[in-house]
Amino acid sequence: MITVEGLSYHLPRDRCAVFRDLSFRVPDGAVFAILGPNGRGKTTLLKTVLGLLRPSAGRVRIDGATGYVPQGTHLPFPYSVLDIVVMGRARGIAAFRSPGKADYAAARRALDRLGFLGFADRPVTELSGGERQMVLIARAIASEAPILVLDEPTSALDFRNQDRVLGAIARIAREDRLTVLFTTHYPQHALHVADTALAMHGPADARAGPVADILSEAELTDLYGLPIRVARLDHAGRPVRTVAPVFGAAEPAGLPLVAP
Amino acid sequence: MSLAGTLGRSAAGRREPAWRAPALWGGIAAFPLVVGLMSLGIGRYPVPIDQVLLALAAGSGFAVDVPGTVERVVLLIRLPRILEGLVIGGGLALAGAALQGVFRNPLVGPQIIGVSSGAAFGGALALLLGLGLAGLMAGAFVFGITALVIVFALSRVDGRSPVLMLVLAGVVTGAFFAALVSLVTFLADPNDTLPAIVYWLMGSFATASWPKVGLVAGVTAVAATVLMAMRFRINILSLGDEDAQALGIAVEPTRWAILVAATALVAGSVAVAGIIGWVGLVVPHIARMLVGPDHRRLLPAAALLGAGYMVLVDNVARTATASEIPLGVLTAIIGAPMFAWLLRRTQAGGWT
Repeated sequence: MITVEGLSYHLPRDRCAVFRDLSFRVPDGAVFAILGPNGRGKTTLLKTVLGLLRPSAGRVRIDGATGYVPQGTHLPFPYSVLDIVVMGRARGIAAFRSPGKADYAAARRALDRLGFLGFADRPVTELSGGERQMVLIARAIASEAPILVLDEPTSALDFRNQDRVLGAIARIAREDRLTVLFTTHYPQHALHVADTALAMHGPADARAGPVADILSEAELTDLYGLPIRVARLDHAGRPVRTVAPVFGAAEPAGLPLVAP
Repeated sequence: MSLAGTLGRSAAGRREPAWRAPALWGGIAAFPLVVGLMSLGIGRYPVPIDQVLLALAAGSGFAVDVPGTVERVVLLIRLPRILEGLVIGGGLALAGAALQGVFRNPLVGPQIIGVSSGAAFGGALALLLGLGLAGLMAGAFVFGITALVIVFALSRVDGRSPVLMLVLAGVVTGAFFAALVSLVTFLADPNDTLPAIVYWLMGSFATASWPKVGLVAGVTAVAATVLMAMRFRINILSLGDEDAQALGIAVEPTRWAILVAATALVAGSVAVAGIIGWVGLVVPHIARMLVGPDHRRLLPAAALLGAGYMVLVDNVARTATASEIPLGVLTAIIGAPMFAWLLRRTQAGGWT
């Protein structure tokens, strides 16, 4: 369970809050999506929840360890995939120790579950973006933490890789009864795998609730400042929900373009 | 066990023939031993290898028949010098490899955190004031640590020391102490203390003695044990602060423990042998080419290779010309082109 109460974050030496007085709860076993425009503080919120950033007010309570999948890691050294994944075990390895047999077994198991065991000996610097994302997910799984936190796990991936990553997250979360918290720029990804969502409409206006309510047409249109349609399609007898932005139809006084 | 567990995989990560890893490690381990033994026989007074071994046996208390001159040359003159070279070369390469991991940058050397300059100033000051050998060592050590403390204070931002701030603080501190060294040499008596300071700054093992070996070996043993024990932590720190913290590591204390150990290695070597650059930069690169980037393998390999490399270069320093070539000058003359070549070679495929 993750409980966030009255959380605020100011950039250092800045009076203006990135977000203010944020409260929400992620029950055990929930898959929780965080959405919002660039610069609204999704990543900041995630890092505050993880304790990587200190909030200016409010508090975060987390029951259990977290496995974190950052938004792309710069790797200066060509470690092998297995070496990277075994680092997920660091929490349980004392400062003067190195990973042992059990740690390597857990790392291999994590890779195997994602169908990536064949990559174990490859240098990570030679992997594609989608492959590297899977390695970082394997690292989080290897930590065996009950809470999985992912920062834009599907950004910069093509459709096929988006599907693989989302599918892997959903499957592992179900099998291990994990609590999952992730940020995304794709509402349909939240609709696909999440049951609850938080939409960050403004610094002091964040709405949490069941994913279908939070990501309705009206809510999404307000969230991104652009008309957004949610369409129901039929694929081989199965209903499919998809989200379509209407490009070029934004209000002239729409949101200013903000760097992430 | 980490080392044995990861030996089967090569630098490039592909499966290799089973004999390759043991042969490679055998070679790396034998390198300083062989170089050290050979070097005992090399010099103005050449000693054949069998006589070297007999002299060593005599020194260990065995009753063997060796000419007195041979015994004196090998045990009193060459052995301390070569041991000092092994210890300092290993220590500098180990410190360099650890710092490159912690700073996530293969271009970092022990100079980058300003420790070398701080230690240089401390030693030069002691020579200027005529404080003797003990003062020289204490001065180098104290100001090496002082430089690290200044770097620590300068690099703090909101209770943390980001890598960029650490490097900038290191450059600033290094420049400041370099200026102080210039000031000391300017103030020194040109007939007496100035040459002593200048020669000391250029680095040399010529003054090696058993007490010096004992001192630097003691410091190196403690600091090297800390770094070797923390080599998996260095792997984790090399992912970056945020990743390391998210993986459950206390980043700040871990990093400072490694920095203090590396500083002790550098300051200890400067105290007994002056400034010897480039070893901590070049040797970790060679080690990385041989055993890969994993610091669990890289650190022992760098230490062993650095030890042998240092003694090899010192052999050139003491035998190439009638008078000794300063060691720091040689390591730079050899190290700079070698590093340039390594850069060209390794740039293409990342830092392998």
